[in-house]
Amino acid sequence: MAYSPHTSADRERMLAAIGVASVDDLFADIPEAVRASRFELPPPLSEQEVRAELARLAGRNRIPAISFLGAGVYRHLVPSVVSEVIGRSEFSTSYTPYQPEVSQGTLQSIYEFQSLICELTGMEVASASHYDGATATAEAALMACRLTRRGRVAVSTAVNPQVRRVLTTYCAGPGIELVEVPADLAQGGTGLTPLEAVAQIVDEGFACLVAQQPNIFGGIEPMADLATAAHAVGAQLVAVVEPTSLALLEAPGAYGADIVAAEGQPLGIPPSYGGPYVGLMAARMESVRQMPGRLVGATRDGEGRKGYVLTLQAREQHIRREKAASNICTNQALCALAATAYLTAVGPEGLREVAELSVAQARHVAAAIEAAGLGVLRFSAPYFAEVAIRIPEAARRHAALAEQGIVAGLLLEREYPELADTLLLAATELTRDDDIDALVTALERSR
Amino acid sequence: MSVLERPTAGDASGRAAAFQSPDGGAELTIVEPLIFDASRPGRRAVRFPAASAAAAAAASGQPALPAAARRTAALRLPEVSELDLLRHFNRLSHLNHAIDLGFYPLGSCTMKYNPKVNEWAARLPGLADSHPLDPDALAQGSLELEWLLSELLREISGLAAVSLQPAAGAHGELTGMLMTRAYHRSRGEGEQRTRVLVPDSAHGTNPATASMVGYTAVTIPSNARGGIDLEALRGALGPDTAALMITNPSTLGIFEDQIDQVVAAVHEAGAIAYMDGANLNAILGRFRPGEAGFDVMHFNLHKTFSTPHGGGGPGAGPVGVSARLAPFLPAPMPMLVAGDPDEVRRNAWAGRSTPGAGFALEDPAARPTSIGKVRAFTGNFGMFVRAYTYIRSNGGSGLREVSDDAVLAANYLRVRLAGAYDLPYDRICKHEVVFSGRRQKREHGVTTLDIAKAILDHRIHPPTIYFPLIVEEALMIEPTETETLETLDAFVEVMQGIADQAAADPDALRRAPSTTPVGRLDEAAAARRPDLRHTFDGKQPGAA
Repeated sequence: MAYSPHTSADRERMLAAIGVASVDDLFADIPEAVRASRFELPPPLSEQEVRAELARLAGRNRIPAISFLGAGVYRHLVPSVVSEVIGRSEFSTSYTPYQPEVSQGTLQSIYEFQSLICELTGMEVASASHYDGATATAEAALMACRLTRRGRVAVSTAVNPQVRRVLTTYCAGPGIELVEVPADLAQGGTGLTPLEAVAQIVDEGFACLVAQQPNIFGGIEPMADLATAAHAVGAQLVAVVEPTSLALLEAPGAYGADIVAAEGQPLGIPPSYGGPYVGLMAARMESVRQMPGRLVGATRDGEGRKGYVLTLQAREQHIRREKAASNICTNQALCALAATAYLTAVGPEGLREVAELSVAQARHVAAAIEAAGLGVLRFSAPYFAEVAIRIPEAARRHAALAEQGIVAGLLLEREYPELADTLLLAATELTRDDDIDALVTALERSR
Repeated sequence: MSVLERPTAGDASGRAAAFQSPDGGAELTIVEPLIFDASRPGRRAVRFPAASAAAAAAASGQPALPAAARRTAALRLPEVSELDLLRHFNRLSHLNHAIDLGFYPLGSCTMKYNPKVNEWAARLPGLADSHPLDPDALAQGSLELEWLLSELLREISGLAAVSLQPAAGAHGELTGMLMTRAYHRSRGEGEQRTRVLVPDSAHGTNPATASMVGYTAVTIPSNARGGIDLEALRGALGPDTAALMITNPSTLGIFEDQIDQVVAAVHEAGAIAYMDGANLNAILGRFRPGEAGFDVMHFNLHKTFSTPHGGGGPGAGPVGVSARLAPFLPAPMPMLVAGDPDEVRRNAWAGRSTPGAGFALEDPAARPTSIGKVRAFTGNFGMFVRAYTYIRSNGGSGLREVSDDAVLAANYLRVRLAGAYDLPYDRICKHEVVFSGRRQKREHGVTTLDIAKAILDHRIHPPTIYFPLIVEEALMIEPTETETLETLDAFVEVMQGIADQAAADPDALRRAPSTTPVGRLDEAAAARRPDLRHTFDGKQPGAA
């Protein structure tokens, strides 16, 4: 074993103390008929050998030099100080803070995380992390069903398809009916969730409407109107948001969102082929007892010292078992710490700069493509930092550019058959003018 | 609260790290102020460049952000320097116990050493910078790693197929139960099979998961020897049973020595046999659930395969299934689409790429029987990198030794502590052993909570307490295979010392801990008056 501290003398001493002749005797309780008949795994590797193997696999990836791919996962700067914080093994090699006296570091950082997410979203309470934005959204929809005692959920098709797929799976669990509200994808359409469609579909049988801001196409939804439409029939608004956008866009708490769910990856977490990330969830205090996930609260010890504990655990599986609000146990605490350190590192000015630079460079991308006569905006609505552009022969050109190390965003046709020849291009603060020039040049050459 | 609070030499209880407010107000004593308290308007850490002239010029021809959509409230994030940020989190880190600081025998959590080469691997730019929606042609390394890890987990479990998608153990359980239901529905038995049987020793996640899928959880008692009561199980099994969820070895640390009969009975009733793999660290190379007939199990990569627990995650909870459940696995799966699997494996085990081999993500529409997606993309990839590194470092022989040494250490503690504490199930255990503090409670009024708090004063994390629920005053100890004999012996001394002190000076134990940054915290007050966030006016929003 690569990390065994035991000498043969140690093992002999332990066997003697136990009173058995060999370690095999400790496995005598496994019925013979079902003992492992094989275990054919590769041989052990030394550190230099295992490093070479992982370097081989890393080398098999071709990380594009230039990428406009977003669609829920964004390449932002991860400040060095954020990596330093989450690299501290006092944080990374501890576990769920069941013993608060020796877990104040983790507990206070989670309390700060909850505080920051509340501030960002304008909500009253934030839970201490979900697996990712998609599962947070699904849990939010189930929470809305418990709160309203209704069994139908409406979701706009302008919500990220990855999120909708997970929502579909989770709703199938308890048999909740999921109904799609079709976004306006017509030629010359807004690319937004039409209020008329919401009014037509969402009635008193619905627990919630799930809408995304900015939506999957980068479009800015009329969230206040969607909230009003949902509330008119006693349904909740589950707002799926992108956290860096909240430096510029209205806080969900201010437009009437009842539950907020978000993918926290943009807050200091690398893309890492899809995870680990962190799901954010926030709500109003009146809903807290139906909220899934861990919560940390402040309290005091016997001598008046302030300290933090896991609290309101009567919602959770280890107490309530089959009556729990969710089965969630292990969550994404270290990624929540990354988000906490990130929001602290950039501060209000830095987050605004990130959002403004992303918004500006997205416009730069769109303007450069339009100016070169390569494509046109697919939708009419204002967009945030991601934009859908109609470009002839998009699939062929997307593949040709990928060969050159340029990822020209996401081909929307794969998820939306009605959006043929449409690229979804994202910008962040890391998008350079040179990248945009290279994109335009490569698109021109691919004519 | 002032930010000028300064460290004091220590207070009456000897807590050296405490900070106190300058005015000496005892009720304001805190260990480390909130980051909000250090904020000063205009202070900065990370800076970003100004927008380029080209970007600014482009904005004029493009739609502007609508005024009505703009944020109205100030964004009151902390404004601190980079150094103050680092000091804040470094100081917080000093308030944690962690594997890298000391012994952490938290039962059921497998707090083994988290090798640092795993961290090196996960941070390789070629892996960390891989975008989950990059075209497959650019992500061959990520896909190969996922495929290889699935192959390794298949061999370890003896199951036919593996999905890496679930993000944690409980998420793996949910995936398993959704597949169970899809299987029964595919056979026209979806309506009839509504009950999931769960032993009374199970983790709370098992019944909670059953409920999330709309099943009714039915508790099966344990027998006097700590195993599942086979007769009770047989009595409960029937045409309405969807599955048995069983943890093996159980949460008592005991291998179900009638497991073959258990699985046979479940199958005879037409139900699915689910194995909670939380305790896989005990049985690597000794017992393969697939060979024993299990239909589905989850792996906790953060337990058995050494990925760091992160203060409560991220974990990863891949699921393995038998052939009959494979059609229902979450999509998309990483697939080998060009090349011979045997050759690709052989080459990878020798550290070589296979010329011409190609990997691709499954087309989500290709397998309509799939339960769908349980999370975005393909899972907690960074954890896969670490687990793969760990499995390759150990190899098959090393993994066998992992379990051998984990079981050896737990049994050593079992015999060494048997005199000091009651042992409700006095038999060979696997990777963990469950004692009871009932004698200390009955004879001296010292609870298991008191014992746990006393352990804290020895720079050791206490065992899991009051779980499993079927053991009175439970102390669940999992030493893992990476602790030296000296550490185990020192723990034995501490535990014996506490047992002695329970008789000699029980009040001292009730006052413990005395050397931690804070003492026992008022959890009832925390729940009664929830204070779940910093507010700028000091008022908490009220709970209903």
